[in-house]
Amino acid sequence: MHPAFSVIFLTTLIGIGQGLFLALYTGQVYSLANLLPGQDSQGFYALGGLVALVFLVAGLFASFFHLGHPERAWRAASQWRTSWLSREVIVLPVFMLLVFLFALVHYLGWTQPLFTVSDALVVDLSLIIGFIASIVAFALYICTAMIYASLKFLKEWHSPLTVVNYTFLGLASGFMLAAAFSAYKGIDLVAFFGTWAVIFTLTAAIGRVASLMRNRQLRNQYDLSSAIGVRHPQLAQQTQGFLGGSFNTREFFHHKSAGFVNNVRRLFLLLVFIVPVVLIAASYFLQSEVLPMAAFAFQYLGLMAERWYFFAEAKHPQNMYYQQIA
Amino acid sequence: MTQLALVIDLNVCVGCHACVTSCKQWNTSGTAGPLPDQRPYDDDPSGVFFNRVQTYEVGCFPDTETVHFPKSCLHCEDPPCVPVCPTGASYKREDNGVVLVDYDKCIGCKYCSWACPYGAREFDENNKVMKKCTLCIDRITDMSLPEEERKPACVMACPTSARIYGDVHDPESAASKAIREEGGYQLQPEWGTKPANHYLPRRKQQIHISEEELVRADNPLRKEDEVPFDQQSETLDDVAW
Repeated sequence: MHPAFSVIFLTTLIGIGQGLFLALYTGQVYSLANLLPGQDSQGFYALGGLVALVFLVAGLFASFFHLGHPERAWRAASQWRTSWLSREVIVLPVFMLLVFLFALVHYLGWTQPLFTVSDALVVDLSLIIGFIASIVAFALYICTAMIYASLKFLKEWHSPLTVVNYTFLGLASGFMLAAAFSAYKGIDLVAFFGTWAVIFTLTAAIGRVASLMRNRQLRNQYDLSSAIGVRHPQLAQQTQGFLGGSFNTREFFHHKSAGFVNNVRRLFLLLVFIVPVVLIAASYFLQSEVLPMAAFAFQYLGLMAERWYFFAEAKHPQNMYYQQIA
Repeated sequence: MTQLALVIDLNVCVGCHACVTSCKQWNTSGTAGPLPDQRPYDDDPSGVFFNRVQTYEVGCFPDTETVHFPKSCLHCEDPPCVPVCPTGASYKREDNGVVLVDYDKCIGCKYCSWACPYGAREFDENNKVMKKCTLCIDRITDMSLPEEERKPACVMACPTSARIYGDVHDPESAASKAIREEGGYQLQPEWGTKPANHYLPRRKQQIHISEEELVRADNPLRKEDEVPFDQQSETLDDVAW
């Protein structure tokens, strides 16, 4: 497939936004259980929620560049019964609204306890909104990934590993951003978020490497013989029906050399999984506030390469009819 | 239930591209708007076509055959492009099974083209919507046309009658008979899309010749022994000028 930058930005940016929100909410729940020191509502949760919202808006903004008619985008909410894309179009704005409310409640300081569950769990408005938003965040990971995983003809994507990878890569980058955000604000949560970011990064590495190994086994799923229905071992395409290019030769192929694609894979494996873990580990010992930010920056660059490779890796069966790109 | 479709005879297709050009002509001038081209007279021309004719060489020289392969939307009975559409712009007509795009609802996300394993859909770069073969829906449903013209433009244009149009659910239609009797097959049936369009394979040609066809009705040079008709008087050919 041809990797479109609009979709690369959309999927990576909203993944970070969801991950960052989940990180903030995890921090809030931990501090509720007195496992972590409580944080300032305005300075930490409201600002953090705003940062998550900025990433979500940026992703949504990028997605509009993918559409031929962005002014009709509202129509995309109609087919939620059958289309995962339609489901994503509904869930993403709902999640953005919930994150906005979460940040607003913290900003306005509406965090007085509403009620107490069995004299231990003090529930306030932000906890309820955050709980709903967390469920929606995971639903959004599933919707985004299922857009690709549901296409059964694209064997490279048609796997539960696609959902696993979108979820854990989003969580890893989101918690990495939470660590960077804490480091920037000088808050004593860098080690907490950093540890979780490393755990999610390593989990994502297992899933991503598993999908790379799986996709390497996918060979000879379809050939020219079944494409045109002529049972003969010797088949050669003489013309593809036109002399110039067409949508079919542009949309379904990356038009890069095999060496380039392999280098992108090596680059993303290095930048997404190895460099950030090393930088976070170093930041423990050096007590540096720059290193977590650098870890997030490198991981995001790597994620763009990872998403580029994700699209380039998928071989569309229609390419059989266009042997120059098959 | 009606399922209109094309049956394409690879045995007689000569690869003349008449179906391609007539399709382009009809559908670029129709009510649904043009099928635009980009840089049609420059390097790297591009454009929207509903129908393309490809050519394949089968076998190893000198035992080769050339197969011309017309390729258009197969109007699948279980079209994978329809359920993925987020807006409902892609739909399959209930009354005749033709898969269509509502160009006023399409947002141009191209997701349907990813879901089609045959590469049947093409994105219109000028109008920013997805387009595809309509089976000339504006011809075949136009009751103001005489019945023999209520056929897709490609079928009307084919000089060798390689394109048979009809209802593949009606066992008595010419399309169904051709599929049944001439070994019609679907493309990549393993995907489970149940394409409505079928292809007829290369096969031994059978020629039906009646006895009358062996006798020449007009025989001006009288090279054969018997004159096929009773000649009483001079004809124009007997007169020496």
